[in-house]
Amino acid sequence: MIEIRNVSKWYGQTQVLANASTHVAKGEVVVVCGPSGSGKSTLIKCVNGLEPFTEGTITVDGVSVGDPKTDLPRLRARVGMVFQHFELFPHMSVEQNLALAQVKVLGRSKEEALARGAVLLDRVGLRDHATKFPGQLSGGQQQRVAIARALAMDPICLLFDEPTSALDPEMIGEVLDVMVELAQEGMTMMCVTHEMGFARKVARRVVFMDHGEIVEDAPTGAFFDAPASERAKTFLSRILRH
Amino acid sequence: MNYHWNWSIFLEQVKSGDETYLDWLLTGLGWTLALSLTAWALALTIGIVVGALRSTPSRLLVAIGNAWVELFRNIPLLVQMFLWFFVVPEFLPRDWSLWVKQEMPAKEFVTAALCLGFFTSARIAEQVRAGVGSLPRGQRDAALALGLTLPQAYRQVLLPQALRIVIPPLTSEFMNVFKNSSVAFAIGVLELTFQARQMQEDSEQGIETYLAVTLLYFICAFSANRGMAWIEARSRVPGLIARTN
Repeated sequence: MIEIRNVSKWYGQTQVLANASTHVAKGEVVVVCGPSGSGKSTLIKCVNGLEPFTEGTITVDGVSVGDPKTDLPRLRARVGMVFQHFELFPHMSVEQNLALAQVKVLGRSKEEALARGAVLLDRVGLRDHATKFPGQLSGGQQQRVAIARALAMDPICLLFDEPTSALDPEMIGEVLDVMVELAQEGMTMMCVTHEMGFARKVARRVVFMDHGEIVEDAPTGAFFDAPASERAKTFLSRILRH
Repeated sequence: MNYHWNWSIFLEQVKSGDETYLDWLLTGLGWTLALSLTAWALALTIGIVVGALRSTPSRLLVAIGNAWVELFRNIPLLVQMFLWFFVVPEFLPRDWSLWVKQEMPAKEFVTAALCLGFFTSARIAEQVRAGVGSLPRGQRDAALALGLTLPQAYRQVLLPQALRIVIPPLTSEFMNVFKNSSVAFAIGVLELTFQARQMQEDSEQGIETYLAVTLLYFICAFSANRGMAWIEARSRVPGLIARTN
């Protein structure tokens, strides 16, 4: 579904991605982790073309992301993305947030879009919040709306960029629950996250990045039980200590 | 002060006709309103587009936007009035030039409206750019990630937020349009300042004249202020911008 081959990216002299290659098969959940500044967010933003990359190829469902001829809006409409800071549109109510792209991009009628939105809001447990504005919701609620907004486009896969990093600890669970459910239903997911519990539970593989490189790309069990590199060992010991 | 006050001057007839001085001032007020509102509509439309261009990732679009802003920001408004009135028509293609000079209806008004509109648009563009720039980068990303095109992202997501943020400086700009419209007397628009000068010369009651005109400008600008405050209150979104008063 997602094929990343030999992707490199420079900001001027600084290399932020170094020959990165990995893939996510249909129905698979892959967790990307690594210290801050390791390039994991940049990598995931390359997948739907929000960040351009200098070298290499990325294809999503056979469509080349870096090809200038690719209709990026059309591709992005099929790839859902959830952001660290939720990025709901604050001037729109929750139901308008869910309906906007369905109407403007997929051409659904307003009624159809609102109905689809209502089903998804119900699914993330926020049926009663449809007419509220994002500023009136808690962080955890906002992130669940953001997931529903991505799902409303009926995506072929979902990208998560540190979806729980900006949340208060007591709200992380409600967001992870939704993500676990999606994973168990067979949604293809690429998740940048430090939630190692989540990774253990649903990830097929873990990709560990450091300094823009993919240092390890291993089945989840193997990664946690016997990380091959010193850098991964150090990283795991730091984040699993408490 | 040795001055002969005459507050009933406004109801007296002008020396060369059967209108009263009040008629003159009201005509002037009408032109001031027409000129200001036309210029404002133009300025808002162009200002939003140019401001948006200047916040895009495209260097070419940014350069075009910057050129527009610098062109109108660095020349005094009065000089711009003269430029549009006396100079620009000379540089048009021959047929257009003749048409503008001889046949264009309400030539002074159209020229002044364009000039004031363009001048103000440069200032609005600067504010809109700042407004878009103040939004988190993630808003653009989120809009694009949903499959919206960049123009759609601006129209649906970025500009509605940016414009709410810049309502206070836009309010000042709206008030400025009324005040700046007074410069149009210099190219012969029969607006309030023009009529005031005419009344002062005709009636020799300059103090009453200019006090009245001062009041009329004040009412215009203050109404603009209240109108924008009403729009600001109506467009307030729960949880988006905290109430400051």
